[in-house]
This record gives sequence, C-alpha cells and structure tokens, in this order.
Amino acid sequence: MIPPTPRRRAVLAATAVALAATACAPGSSAPPPAASSAAPSAVRTDAAALGNVTLTIWDQEVRGGQAAQMKQLNAAFEAKYPNIKLKRVSRSFDDLNTTLRLALSGNEPPDVVEANNGRSSMGAFVKAGQLRPLNAYAEAYGWKKRYPDSVLRYSSYSADGKVFGEGNLYGLPQVGEVVGIFYNAAKLTSLGLQPPKTWEEFQAALAKAKGAGEIPMQLGNLDKWPAIHVFGTVQGRNVPAAQIGTLAFGRKGASWNTPDNTKAAQQLVDWVDKGYFNKGFNGQGYDPAWQAFSKGQGVFLIGGTWLMADMEKVLGKNLGFILPPGATPDAPPVATGGTGLPFAITAKSPNPDAAAAYIDFITNADAMKVLTTTGNLPVADTDQQSVPAGAQQDVFKAFGTATKNDGLVPYLDYATPTFADTLGAALQDLLAKKATPQEFLATLEKDYKAFAESNG
Amino acid sequence: MSVARPPGEPRRVAYLYILPAFVIYAAFLLYPIGRAVQLSLYNWDGLSVGTWAGLSNYAAIVADEGLRDAFVHALVLVAFYALAPLAIGLMLAAILNHAKVRGLGFFRTVVFLPQVVAMVVVAVAWRRVYAPDGTLNGLLGALGLDSLTRGWLGDYTFALPAVGVVGTWFETGLVTVLLLAGMSRIPSELYEAARLDGAGAVKEFFAVTLPSVRGEIAVALTLTVIAALRTFDLVYITTRGGPGTSTSVPSYEVYHRAFGLSQIGSAAAIGVTLTVAIFAISFMINRFADRGAS
Repeated sequence: MIPPTPRRRAVLAATAVALAATACAPGSSAPPPAASSAAPSAVRTDAAALGNVTLTIWDQEVRGGQAAQMKQLNAAFEAKYPNIKLKRVSRSFDDLNTTLRLALSGNEPPDVVEANNGRSSMGAFVKAGQLRPLNAYAEAYGWKKRYPDSVLRYSSYSADGKVFGEGNLYGLPQVGEVVGIFYNAAKLTSLGLQPPKTWEEFQAALAKAKGAGEIPMQLGNLDKWPAIHVFGTVQGRNVPAAQIGTLAFGRKGASWNTPDNTKAAQQLVDWVDKGYFNKGFNGQGYDPAWQAFSKGQGVFLIGGTWLMADMEKVLGKNLGFILPPGATPDAPPVATGGTGLPFAITAKSPNPDAAAAYIDFITNADAMKVLTTTGNLPVADTDQQSVPAGAQQDVFKAFGTATKNDGLVPYLDYATPTFADTLGAALQDLLAKKATPQEFLATLEKDYKAFAESNG
Repeated sequence: MSVARPPGEPRRVAYLYILPAFVIYAAFLLYPIGRAVQLSLYNWDGLSVGTWAGLSNYAAIVADEGLRDAFVHALVLVAFYALAPLAIGLMLAAILNHAKVRGLGFFRTVVFLPQVVAMVVVAVAWRRVYAPDGTLNGLLGALGLDSLTRGWLGDYTFALPAVGVVGTWFETGLVTVLLLAGMSRIPSELYEAARLDGAGAVKEFFAVTLPSVRGEIAVALTLTVIAALRTFDLVYITTRGGPGTSTSVPSYEVYHRAFGLSQIGSAAAIGVTLTVAIFAISFMINRFADRGAS
C-alpha cells in the first residue's frame, strides 16, 4: 500500500464535491406536467377519422383466459379501425407494478396503462399528474350509465390524488371480483345441510362440520394477506357498510376502535378457539390451502372469485359459491370486492382520443361477451351473460347482485399505503393470539389515524 | 520526464492504465453508492420531487422498533448461516480429511450440492418441508411426536430458526469444502510430530488442524456472514417477514419499502446502513485473521 498523499486526498475530496454539486433533489429533473383536463367539446369519439395513430399499451393480461380475451379484443379493434395500430407490451402483475413507475416518469410514457387501483399506484400517479382525468370521455361514451357507482369509485381520485373513491375518473376496468364463501356441495349434503342463507346458519354449519370431524374452513395465511379477506367478510356482518368504506378508503371520520369492530375481531378469534380453521393455518401457503380445499379437505373456503376456475377444474359440480349471507335471508348484500386493474390514459399521451376509443372498445357490451366466453368475470352487464349452471353461474349471479345493490365494500388494504402490511401482520398476531382484539384494533387505528390526519 | 527512474518506481502514467477499469467501477459501483447515500437523505416517493430529510431516515432506523428488530433478526441469522456451518464444517472436514474415506470426491460433491441450487428453488423446497402437511411434520408424526407438529413458518417461536436452519443447510457445504482444501495442505509431518508428542485425535485437532486453517476460516466466515446479513430471497419466498414481523430482515425491508411502500429514502437509508454494517463486520473478521497469521 502506498500511503495516501495530499494530492490523492485532494482528488478524493474533489470527487466528493462534484458528487454533492450534481446532487439535486431526486425527481426534480422531470417536473410533473400540469394535468390538462380537456373540455368536453374537445373530445372526439370518431376513432376512424383520427388519422394514422400508434397506441402503446401496457397491460398485465398474461394468464390463460385474460391473455385470450385481450388478444381477441385487440385484433377486433385493429380490424375495425385500420388507422390505429396497437403496440402491446404485456407483463406479469408484479413486473408491471415495479416498472410502471419509471415508465410513467419518462418523457414518452405508453398511451394506455393498466394501473393498480390502490394509493401506492394509481393514487401516486394521479398525485404526480401522470394520468389524464377521463370525465369528459365518460360523458361522451356514457360510461357512468354502464358502470355502477360502487365499481367506478375504485378508479376515482380527487385531482390531487389525496381522496380515493370519489372525484375524477381515471380508469376503466374490464373484470370484477368479489370475495365470498366457496362450499363443497357434496360435503354439505353428507352433513345434511343446505348452502347457508343467513350468517347464523353459516356458523351453525361450521359447528356441525367440526362435530362431524371435517375441517370446517380452509385458510392458508402464510403469505400474510389472505386473512384480510376473511376478516373483511366477518367485518361486513358486524359493521355498517358506510363505515367500512370510510375506513378502507382511508378517509377521516371513522374509527377502528368501535364495539362493532371489536365484535368482528372477537368472532374471528372465536373461530380459532373452536377449531374451525385447519391446523397450522398461519404456516400454510395460500395456494396449498385452496388446492387442499379442491381436493376435498374442508367444507368452506372464504376467498375471491379469481379462485373459481382453477377449483372448478377439480371439484366440478361439487363447487358452489355464495355471497356472505346477512342477518336475514333478504338482507342487502355486503361483500368485499372490486375490479380488475383499470385501464388509464397517461397525461403525456399525444393521442388521448384514440386511447379513449380503445378503452371504450375493450369494455363495451360486446367486449363483456368476449370476456365471458374466455372465462373471465365481466365487470358490467354481468347478469345478462348466459353461462352454464354451476360455480361459474353462482359467481356471475353473486357479482351481479352485489353490484346492482351497491353492496361492494372496498378491500381494507386500500386504506393507507402501508395498510396491507399493517393489517396482514396484525391479523397473524390476532389469529395466533399474540394480540387481543383490542390490541389488534389499536394497531390498525394507529396506522389509519396517522395517514388520515396527514392526508388532510 | 528525462530523469531516468529505476524500474518499478511509481509513475504518474500508471493512473492512465487503471483508468478504464476505474471508469467502469465508478459508473457501476461508486456512482450508485453515492446516489443511494444521497437518496437516503431525502423523503422521496419515486415520482414527485423529493424533500430534504437530513438524517431523519437514519434516526428512524434506531427509533423504529420494527426496523431495529429486522437488524436483530439478521444477527440471529448470522449464528445459523456462519457459526453453525463453521462448527459442522470443521467437524465434517476433519473427519473426511483424517479418515481418508473411500469416495471422498463423492461426499464432497454431496456436501457441496446445496450451493449449486438457486436460493429461490431451495426456498420453495423448504417451504414444502415446513408446511403443516409437509415432510417435517410427516416425519414427526411417524415417530409418534404428533405433539411437536406445527406450521413451522407460521409459528412465532420457530419461524426465524426454521429460516435459519435452511441457511445452515445451504452454507455448510461451502464451508466444509473450503476447510477441506485448507486441511489437505497441512504437511503430514506436523501430525506425526504431534502424535510422537502423545497428542490424541482431539488434541491434534486443536493444536495442528485448527491453527492451520485460520485463513480458510476467515474466508468462510466473511462469505457466510455477508450471506446472512443480506438474506432476502429466502425470507421473500418463505415468510415475507411473517408471522407478524418475526422474520423481517433489513434486505427485505429495503425491497418492501422501495417497491411496496414507495419510501425510497427510507429504503436507501437501510441499504446504506446494512452496507456499512457488512463492511465493518467483514473488516473485523479479516483483521482477526491477519493478526493471527503474523
């Protein structure tokens, strides 16, 4: 080693100074453009007359039926409008999420992007002025008539991105999803039971299944988030839907520390105490859990409609699906649910008219039929589709009923940017009895309050 | 420049020779590190303009109980990744080296095998082993130890050790092979001398074998300690930091904060802290080995 000479020290110092000098606040090199909200008169819906346009589209429709519908709809669009060329880039959900951020902050972002609804994706993009408000197009194309409010609010934000669930419309989804209760019909029959019509009946069925030596309910909570759907379902029976909405959209004016929420948390703990879940559920993966259910282990499974196709392949006619029942058979439905990723238009896109025409095309009535035939759950006109009896029909009926009655409540993890983690970890604590219902709710309240206060 | 120099004297032109390598090193290592340090001083969501945060991101690492725990978990993993493999590796290598077993090459390959498998694959396999209906519980059940069965990765007491055991399994091969190479270089005269002095197998191990492989131990410890501190893939695949936060580690927090929560400044601060910690620990290990050698 040569001892450092003064000269070498000087070089080091100069390097450090140069580094500091070039250092300006991150993100300041590309100032966000002011979101231009075009006046309704400027909107053009005559896609064929827009001249030659190339649209770049980033989507995440890479799996089975999703990929099939996208391919079919894109081909139909290009056939109908030969002047518009589509350049499709499709990646998996995770890859899209991690790359979209960089792509949107560049100078030439894609024209149409599928952005996740939550605050850390769509909310952040709206805040940074990177997405175009679609209100004018919604009016021109009549989207607000085709889509129920409880669906549209999942892609609505205030112009500053602070308020989730109302304000401008920023995207349109193709598919819907709702969390309900899957059941094994053969097992119900052998237990002498019918699909439960009330929450009481459901709990009685759980008790009977336990008594008969069955696993009443499958849960795989190793991945942290799955219990969020179970808790959301229990909460929907105990807490008014409007309050859940306020909590889940992270708005001021509600609280987790209420007797209703305590009752919901307590009910979940009771289920653990009574042994209604499979053994070791906190150490069981999500996929192994629903796979075990479809192999005949377990009478019920609380889960989302996205599981239907895969489970039906194994269980066939024995798979059934119901919305979580209420206190009485005719109680209005309340179920956690939402939409697939909405398609949005970037603020810097030079072709918003063509982009809007594209979004309208892949979400119109014909598109909903294509979605049905490719095995997806269309977000609009759901009850007008004809599907064979069985689990698929159950799912279509359930989603149609929930949206028609505005019975969808948002995913609880939408609440704050950190809430998925806070709630997931807190639920693992609650279910493992490391936390009491009161401690559990206090943890949630802390995260929710901190965000709601700072968000104004 | 007319003054004749003896060959080997430092000359300024030498800087020119290392310039190409330095440019690449600077562009892909020094600049990103500098940038990470800079980012760690801001609150930035990756989209809008960042705001100056000073050292608050670093203060949060000390103040935030969850982050502090993450670093503690990493230290626990060091025991499983570095110390346990070292103990097992010393024993295995001493036996393999001493016994001159037939098919040594075969055993060496078997012991080293975990190292050639990608960590992601290892993690997926072990997730199955630890599942409530997995191999481990099946084995325990067959032995009549049903009371011990549990969802290992979902258990608050056992999740972190369970993750650690995978690390032990993974690193033992590397350590063993390193030590074997070191031991095979020990001249047999040393052993003969020890035996003449009346040393038994145990005495021989501590008097001859152990001091001779000091250098290899330092290399093995450096590699495995770094692996322990930067564990990411194993936790990401098996537990995602759960149950609760009982297996969260700094590297996972970096990823989670940068890509999940968009707290890029905080993520960079954890990354920088982790880098400094790794650097300091490796430095100490090598200091220890050098001092022993001189």
